[in-house]
Amino acid sequence: MADGNCLISNEWICGEYVRTRGQELTDATLEHVGITLASVAIGLLVAFPLALLARRWRAVAGPVLGLTTILYTVPSLAMFSLLLPVFGVSAAVVITGLVLYSLTILVRNIMAGLASVPEEAREAARGMGYGPLRLLFGVELPLALPALMAGLRITTVSTVSLTTVGAIIGYGGLGNLIYEGMRSFFKAEVLTASVLCVALAVVADLLLLGLQRLLTPWARKSRKGTT
Amino acid sequence: MDVVAKAWTWLATGSHWAGPDGVWHRLGQHLFLTFVCLAISCAVALPIAVALGHIGKGGALAVNISNAGRAVPTFAVLVLLLLSPLGTHGQWPTIIALVLFAIPPLLTNAYVGVHEADREVVEAARGMGMTGGQLIRRVELPLAFPLIMTGVRTAAVQVVATATLAALPGGGGLGRIITAGFRLTDTPQVVAGAVLVAALALVVEGVFVLLGLVLDPMRRRTGRRSTAARRPPADQAPASPALTT
Repeated sequence: MADGNCLISNEWICGEYVRTRGQELTDATLEHVGITLASVAIGLLVAFPLALLARRWRAVAGPVLGLTTILYTVPSLAMFSLLLPVFGVSAAVVITGLVLYSLTILVRNIMAGLASVPEEAREAARGMGYGPLRLLFGVELPLALPALMAGLRITTVSTVSLTTVGAIIGYGGLGNLIYEGMRSFFKAEVLTASVLCVALAVVADLLLLGLQRLLTPWARKSRKGTT
Repeated sequence: MDVVAKAWTWLATGSHWAGPDGVWHRLGQHLFLTFVCLAISCAVALPIAVALGHIGKGGALAVNISNAGRAVPTFAVLVLLLLSPLGTHGQWPTIIALVLFAIPPLLTNAYVGVHEADREVVEAARGMGMTGGQLIRRVELPLAFPLIMTGVRTAAVQVVATATLAALPGGGGLGRIITAGFRLTDTPQVVAGAVLVAALALVVEGVFVLLGLVLDPMRRRTGRRSTAARRPPADQAPASPALTT
């Protein structure tokens, strides 16, 4: 078939679509990557202190874990809608929602990772005169990295796919294209955006896996039970 | 927060609850859709997972399926099915999309539960001359019950949550209250609908936590803690605090 005709005959796979709407696809992908990166980064920044607090005071652990679990239960469409009055129609709505979702797994995995640090390693570090901060960043955090990275990978992949629901308020990255395509029954647009979205998740996962290998040369494989 | 007060007023207005667009009707649709999808996915996933766990094969498959499930956006699958020839068959695109996404947690948790049932107990049961079927029924399933329930609960909450998306292409369920609110630029209605969906998801979560505690075949035994404290694979929605504390 001629390439120009696939737009008219509404084929699922259409080279012409990618050629003519390349800019649109690139913009949507960049928005998608931006939203995902912002959400995961803020999620990490919030989850880390929370995990430390929960580890320090047992009384904090229950409420923190309970609250993040409850947040995880809230459907994405509802989450974005509930945040709408707070931020108005902006990317902040989607990012905040995704940050709240990411906390569940990140807090749990950071705590699990820190709990898995052998007591002997801590004792040895204290004996060498390490203060609490140096102990945390020099010994505990590196040893907790496999669990932390596992959580980060799960969170990132979920965030990439959840971003699409942001289309309901027009900030869903590739989800916007899927939403548009749904309304106009434009098959090529929906399929291309969906495939790109999955590809994005896979690439992000592999990048993080590579980063984990680089950061933890001593760990040949991530421990069971934390992934 | 003026909007919250207005959303509350929306919820307190009786006329919003009646009629074909009313809350009761939408809630009925939502629960029906949830029930059908959960039943189908349990019927598909659980027997396969138990069989695989019993013979101890396919662990990689279980993990990969749950990873793939996370990477693929539900919304995208819903729209793709909608534009496929299936799209003309009413609810089917939604049902299939929901079932596809309920299967990974069911499969992974049930597989891990059966496969990691205490090996010594399983060996002892074999030594007592139990057949494969007896072993599954009397030993592996009771031991795996907490994890299987975790999977069912995760899947149920996920289906309730995802069924909301069915409203985007114009399906039924509580999500319609949210999308209708967006169309009318009626923020109080959007928030009211979101509150309803979130509340329903939490209620379903709570009901399944209770069910898991009541139905657990091992609940009157001591030594339960060691299994209950075992974490489900962290790639699932985490076990509820009720089970981990």
